[in-house]
Amino acid sequence: MPLLQVENLVKTYPGVRAVDGIGFTVAEGSCFGLLGPNGAGKTTTLEILEGITGADSGHVLYRGAPRDDSYRAVVGIQFQHTALQDFQTVHEALRLFASFYPRQRPMSELVQLCNLGELLDRDTRALSGGQRQRLLLAIALVNDPDLVFLDEPTTGLDPQSRRNFWRLIEGVKQEGKTVLLTTHYMEEASVLCDEIAVIDRGRIIERGAPQRLLAQHFPRALVRVPLSALPDPGRLPPGFEVRGGDAVAATDDIDQALAQLRQLQVALDELAISTPTLDDLFLKLTGHGLRES
Amino acid sequence: MSLKRILAVVAARNREFYRDKAGLGWNIVMPAIMVLGFAFIFSSPDESLYKVGVLGSVTGDTAPAFLRTPHIQFIAQDDEVGAIDKLRHHRIDLLLDLRAMPRYWVNELSARGFVAERLLWQSQTNAPQAPQRETVSGRAVRYVDWVVPGVLAMNVMFSSLWGVGWVIVRYRKNGVLRRLRATPLSAGEFLVAQIISRLLVVSSVTVLVFAGTNALLDFPMRGSYLTLGLVFLAGAIALVSLGLTVSARVRSEELADGLLNLISWPMMILSGVWFSLEGTNIWAQRIAELLPLTHMVDAARRVMLDGAGLQEVAFDIGILLVLGVVLLTLSARAFRWQ
Repeated sequence: MPLLQVENLVKTYPGVRAVDGIGFTVAEGSCFGLLGPNGAGKTTTLEILEGITGADSGHVLYRGAPRDDSYRAVVGIQFQHTALQDFQTVHEALRLFASFYPRQRPMSELVQLCNLGELLDRDTRALSGGQRQRLLLAIALVNDPDLVFLDEPTTGLDPQSRRNFWRLIEGVKQEGKTVLLTTHYMEEASVLCDEIAVIDRGRIIERGAPQRLLAQHFPRALVRVPLSALPDPGRLPPGFEVRGGDAVAATDDIDQALAQLRQLQVALDELAISTPTLDDLFLKLTGHGLRES
Repeated sequence: MSLKRILAVVAARNREFYRDKAGLGWNIVMPAIMVLGFAFIFSSPDESLYKVGVLGSVTGDTAPAFLRTPHIQFIAQDDEVGAIDKLRHHRIDLLLDLRAMPRYWVNELSARGFVAERLLWQSQTNAPQAPQRETVSGRAVRYVDWVVPGVLAMNVMFSSLWGVGWVIVRYRKNGVLRRLRATPLSAGEFLVAQIISRLLVVSSVTVLVFAGTNALLDFPMRGSYLTLGLVFLAGAIALVSLGLTVSARVRSEELADGLLNLISWPMMILSGVWFSLEGTNIWAQRIAELLPLTHMVDAARRVMLDGAGLQEVAFDIGILLVLGVVLLTLSARAFRWQ
């Protein structure tokens, strides 16, 4: 039985159908990612699953049954934007949230897991972005939840802080907890998620394990040159197509793609050969980049 | 409802209050400055000037010589009962009635009244008919003594309204409420915690301001501290509930600020904090009777100045508690986390 079963969720705001028939299942102990650009409906979907927002229609089943009041005690939530009460230290914030739950994780474990040891006496307003995210993750874990929701947990962090945060989430996964996260960083989804659902305009347009989806949609490599490098931007080499500002060929035969570029006397200074990423997948599926929406 | 959760939120909110040094200072210093400022303003007039209240036309010739006495301020009075009360509280030194049979009232416990009476007698040497003498007794009440209960009550009002109303709207706007909502903490627990926290703050600040200003001004406290405490507590409950009602759904701090000002300023003017509404427009007086601050100020003043007991202010406390319960029920029903 899946831990979470989501069926045909619909949520409409005035003039916008934010969630339009979304459904999926999340297996216990897995990390499930909701991917999509800003405004795709990820956060609204997550809020419905968290129980913060009601759906207009559809069902959410937790361990095969509708959620009740006890649901909040067994889930942990890290919001994309959140504020804590002012004038409290990290330790006081953790203690405050711990007091809300019947089940509490030992503070020492939590501090170690989220690497908060040196920050316990610091005012929460004096934390850096990465430190703050660690505290918010610790708060989400304070009740030792079975299911953890993370809404764009690394947005706004520098690359180093982001990678550090990924290590923390890996630790949470290793404890066997189920993680459901939203992100628009494809690398994050690749590193952390066992399964992803790509959302655009309130609908799931593709779903599966990241590597399986890439293998399903792309050959081995992507050969890419900027359109400006083509002598005639209106004339693409055979096998190439326009994606964003580039001419891109998805191919298993890199030599042949290069030969075709040379034949058209394309400047290769800005040539890029890469393996396909989830960015490429989204571009292919939706026709626009993940960060452009 | 979990006591543990409520106490945790109370503690967090209290920390937020007392660690905010600027806000804490302002909460204590502002009312103290107001009390001391009024003490200074109203204790400095020329001490040699006597104040004589006059009922009836001051241009009449019943006591023309006396009305021309220098260094005496003659103040027209419309209401005999109110004027006698002012004499009793030493707000005037003598009361002269020129309406019919000439007569005057003097407070036999007032040294200034004694002198003013002698001046009256001196001016009556050639008068055809000596005015009839009436006496009242009472203890001295300075203006600052009269205004202190009002300022304390006003501080309770501001602290209760903004300390809950504005703070909850800020929590809603910056996402604190949203985060709390994601926990098992219920709306009822959250609201009860806010009320308890604010009542603790209001009580502590009121005690501090009362003790501090009393040490400097030595104002009268003729009733029991318990009764006065109950008056302020009932007032705080009513006004905290009013603050909760205002903040139940508002998302904008600016709108909340405007609404709280809209509520508090008319109360401050109409509830007799600074001046008595006696003799003002009857509608203003009727509206004032509906305002919680009026009941808190009146009851506190009667306890502190007249030594009123619990029974004598039970009606005002009752009104405040009923208002508190009604508004609290209303706000609990209307409350939205987001």
